[in-house]
Amino acid sequence: MENKTPKDYSHIKNWGIDADPKNDPTYPMKHRTDAEQEGYSWDRPTQQDINIEVLHSNERPNVTAVFGTSMPPSGLSGMIRRFAFKHSENSYLHWLPLLMADRVNVVEGVIEDFAGGKVPNIFAEKGWKADWEHNRSGLIQKVGVLALVTTAAVVLLTRKKD
Amino acid sequence: MLAMNYRGPQRVRIDEKPEPKILHPQDAIVRVTRSCICGSDLHLYNGNVPDTRVGMTFGHEFIGEVTEIGSEVQKLKVGDMVIVPFNIACGKCHFCKQGLFGNCHESNSQATAVGGIFGYSHTAGGYDGGQAEYVRVPYADVGPTVIPPGMDPDDAVLLTDVVPTGYQAAEMGGIQKGDTVVIFGAGPIGIMAARCSWLFGAGRVIVIDKLEYRLEFVRNYANCEAYNYEEMDDPVVFVKKTTDWMGADVCIDAVGAEASGNLMQTITGRKLLLQAGSATAVHWAVNSLKKGGILSIVGVYGPTDNLVPIGNVVNKGITIRANQASVKRLLPKLIDHVQNGVINPKPLITHRVPLEDVADAYHIFSEKLDNCIKPVLIPPSAR
Ligand SMILES: NC(=O)c1ccc[n+]([C@@H]2O[C@H](COP(=O)([O-])OP(=O)(O)OC[C@H]3O[C@@H](n4cnc5c(N)ncnc54)[C@H](O)[C@@H]3O)[C@@H](O)[C@H]2O)c1
Ligand SMILES: [Zn+2]
Ligand SMILES: [Zn+2]
Repeated sequence: MENKTPKDYSHIKNWGIDADPKNDPTYPMKHRTDAEQEGYSWDRPTQQDINIEVLHSNERPNVTAVFGTSMPPSGLSGMIRRFAFKHSENSYLHWLPLLMADRVNVVEGVIEDFAGGKVPNIFAEKGWKADWEHNRSGLIQKVGVLALVTTAAVVLLTRKKD
Repeated sequence: MLAMNYRGPQRVRIDEKPEPKILHPQDAIVRVTRSCICGSDLHLYNGNVPDTRVGMTFGHEFIGEVTEIGSEVQKLKVGDMVIVPFNIACGKCHFCKQGLFGNCHESNSQATAVGGIFGYSHTAGGYDGGQAEYVRVPYADVGPTVIPPGMDPDDAVLLTDVVPTGYQAAEMGGIQKGDTVVIFGAGPIGIMAARCSWLFGAGRVIVIDKLEYRLEFVRNYANCEAYNYEEMDDPVVFVKKTTDWMGADVCIDAVGAEASGNLMQTITGRKLLLQAGSATAVHWAVNSLKKGGILSIVGVYGPTDNLVPIGNVVNKGITIRANQASVKRLLPKLIDHVQNGVINPKPLITHRVPLEDVADAYHIFSEKLDNCIKPVLIPPSAR
């Protein structure tokens, strides 16, 4: 079964009699062209060599002519991302796994740091040095809460079991 | 080279990374001389944008010097100083041809709902961004524009995003002479939208935020009214009262997903991520509008759903217009406006920070410490 819209509308009575080109809420952001109905048919730019893994939305047929090469999927987070890309942008099964992969990726990042002999300086990465200058009471509060939580955890974990 | 490196929510640092290479005949490599941190980066920084991968370099607002060009690049040459629009656009696809340079179809494989953006997660194409010493710039003949001689680099860097976005926010409001425009958010985008609203003939410009120092700034900078929503019982009733119980003709959301002001929105949108960020500003905007009014959204939200009073949009007959700014479309006009003194962007920059201190700059901007409005990172070679 094929549904096709005809190009000739003469069989549709009164076709277009109230058409008003000025009734265009996209003006002036969008310049209408005469290629509105031509589909994905433009002369594409040269394709960048696809020599890394690029996940692409299943709402398009291909990888775009250029793409970013920042962080190809890898590890457990990469597996989750590959799963996510089996589902469309219309689906929670796309976005929620991606958010989960992002969190898994944070742990992978810490492991990678340690494996490379680097201990991440969380204090510096969070920019808390700036708090010392501009938000000292806030910093003291944060450090206080951290100390309390750590103490409580230590007490809990070292408590004699009876 | 030195580059910002994302390690997880609210954790970034500076690291050594390999210099970018030409990967496509239309690429250029740019040595960065200024690179800003944007409210949009905060959505990434807080871990709210899906597919933000650890190890990525952020940064979509940068200018710099062309140091290398690919074989198909014709308009740019090595040594040119360029403004690089934050959107990556091919110039050839259906959407670029229509002037929708923020919606290019040949720059982002990962999502069809948004074009490629420098340093903006894999959901926006997976490109490393400009908070670094060097950056790869695809489609170099399309987006990058040579900085006119004599233009201040601080003005130039704000033309990559803040000025066009603020301008387009006002443009999408369809402001007619005499209209009352209410802008939610007094960040760089809201401030610029306030300034630009006058250019379209607004009769009254009102900015709403909670940060006194920003309200004070915008009052002076944009010659407008500015009010603190924390001092109001209800911002919607406030807008109604001040417009003779009619509502605003135009509302602009210049806040986006990091909005505060409504506990339910904050918990579901920012803490539990049950919605794509907190939609408080859209919510207030819809309800503050006059019947038949126009809502212009430039605030950025995640790709899933938000809680907005869509029934009121219908019943009030509201028109919604929204987009990522089409920087390239607007650049010629806005460069003129800057050169003629119609728009004076530079005063928005409050913090000039060495690139090496990127973590502190993010924290200061995110927590709005030290009266920060706009921080710019400066790599060692440009100091
Ligand atoms: N569409 C685009 O092309 C585009 C481009 C750039 C930025 N943006 C978006 O614009 C928004 C603003 O960017 P910015 O750089 O000015 O960010 P910013 O973080 O500096 O400013 C946001 C301001 O909103 C205020 N705010 C929070 N909740 C509010 C509420 N309920 N009502 C009123 N004000 C509230 C904050 O106090 C802050 O001053 C962000 O969402 C950003 O992603 C969009
Ligand atoms: Zn920006
Ligand atoms: Zn395009």
